[in-house]
Amino acid sequence: MIISIASGKGGTGKTTVATNLALSIESCVQLFDCDVEEPNVHLFLNPVIHKKEPVIAPVPRIDLEKCTFCKKCMNICRYGALAVLKKDVLVFENLCHSCGGCFEICPENAVMEKDRSLGDIEHGSVKGIAFIQGRLSIGQVMVPPIIKKIRSYTDPNLITIIDAPPGTSCPVIAAMNKADFILLVTEPTPFGLHDLKLAVETVKILGIPCGLVINRVGIGNDEVNRYAEKENIPVLMEIPFDKKIAQIYSRGEMIIEKMPEYKTKFQNLFKKIAQIVGKKEGGK
Amino acid sequence: MKIAVSAQGKTLDSSLDPRFGRAAYILVVDTETLEFEAFDNGNNKNAFKGAGIQAAAMVSDKNAEVLLTGFCGPNAFQTLDAAGVKVVSDQSGRVIDVIQKFKQGGAVYAEGANKDGHW
Repeated sequence: MIISIASGKGGTGKTTVATNLALSIESCVQLFDCDVEEPNVHLFLNPVIHKKEPVIAPVPRIDLEKCTFCKKCMNICRYGALAVLKKDVLVFENLCHSCGGCFEICPENAVMEKDRSLGDIEHGSVKGIAFIQGRLSIGQVMVPPIIKKIRSYTDPNLITIIDAPPGTSCPVIAAMNKADFILLVTEPTPFGLHDLKLAVETVKILGIPCGLVINRVGIGNDEVNRYAEKENIPVLMEIPFDKKIAQIYSRGEMIIEKMPEYKTKFQNLFKKIAQIVGKKEGGK
Repeated sequence: MKIAVSAQGKTLDSSLDPRFGRAAYILVVDTETLEFEAFDNGNNKNAFKGAGIQAAAMVSDKNAEVLLTGFCGPNAFQTLDAAGVKVVSDQSGRVIDVIQKFKQGGAVYAEGANKDGHW
C-alpha cells in the first residue's frame, strides 16, 4: 500500500505526519523523502545511509560536423531547449526534460546523448524502516526523474509512505501519482484552506482517495472543516496547536516518542487509511 | 540594414513591446527603406518555457543584425549573441520613433541580459 503525504501549502506538517506515522506502524514500512529540493526527514530520524546513487538523465549534444541545421530538433522540442542558428546549435540543458524527441527525429544522427547528473538518491535505514531520500543537485531544476527513481524502489510487500513536496506542480504529481491513498495535511487558516483546495483539485484529477490531517487546530477558524464536509473528505486526525508539540518538533524529535499517547493516534490514523483503501479495493 | 523590434502590434505605429521573448509581434525592418515584415510571435508568447530562445532564433533566421527591445533575458541574450545579433535594450515608445532614434546613431549595445530568467 502506498500512502502519499501532500499538502498544497508548505509548512503544514507533512514531514511530522510522515515520520510519526511511519514509526507508529510497527511492521514492514518504507519511507521515501520525495521533497528532493529540501529533504528534511533525515533531520528527524537520523537514518544510517549505506548506499548513494546518482540520477542521470540525457541531454542532447550536437555534432556540428553532421548537422544540416534543418531545425527538426528545435521544432519538436516542447520546452524550447534547442536553438538552431545558421552555423551553430545551442542547447539549454536546464530546459531539457530528457524526452528524447530530438535524438529520435534527427535525420543525420547528429544529436547525441550526453549524461547529466540531476541529483542523488540515498538508501538507508532507521528503527526498522527502509529509508530512501532524493537530493537535487545545486543548479539543477529537473525534479520528477529523481522522485521516479526513488519510487522505482517501491516494494509491494511493504507499506510505502511518501513525504511529498509542497505545491501542486510536476514534482507533487510525481510523488502522488499511483498512490493508493493521499493524506493531505493542512492547517485551519485561510492560507491553508486556499492551498488545500488546489491540492484537492489535483487529487481529484488523479482519481485517488484522500483524507485530511488538520494540524495546529486552535488557530484560524473552522472553514477547513466546513470545506471538508462539503467536499465529503474525511478528517482522519486533528493535531492541536500545542506548545509542547512545537518544542518536540523544533528539537528534531518524534511526537510519538515524547508524547506516547500520540502513538495510538497515529496507529488509528493508519487503520482508518487502511479501511478506506481496503473498501476501495473490495469494491473493484 | 535589417533590424528586429519587439512590438505590441503589426505596424510601425505600434508601441514597442517591452518583453522580447513574449512580445506579441516581432517586426523586421529595413532601416533604409522602412519596409518591414511583421511576424506573429503568438506561439512564443504562450510558450511553456524557452520563449526568449525561440524568439531569438527567429530573429536570427530573418537575418536581422540588431534587436531593439525593452527587456532581454539571459537565454535570449546568449542565443542572440551566438547568432551575432546585437541587442539594444531598455527601449520604449512607438516602434517608428525607436527606429528613427537608432538611425541617428550612438546606440549603446547591451553586453548582457537586463532581466533575470523566469522560472
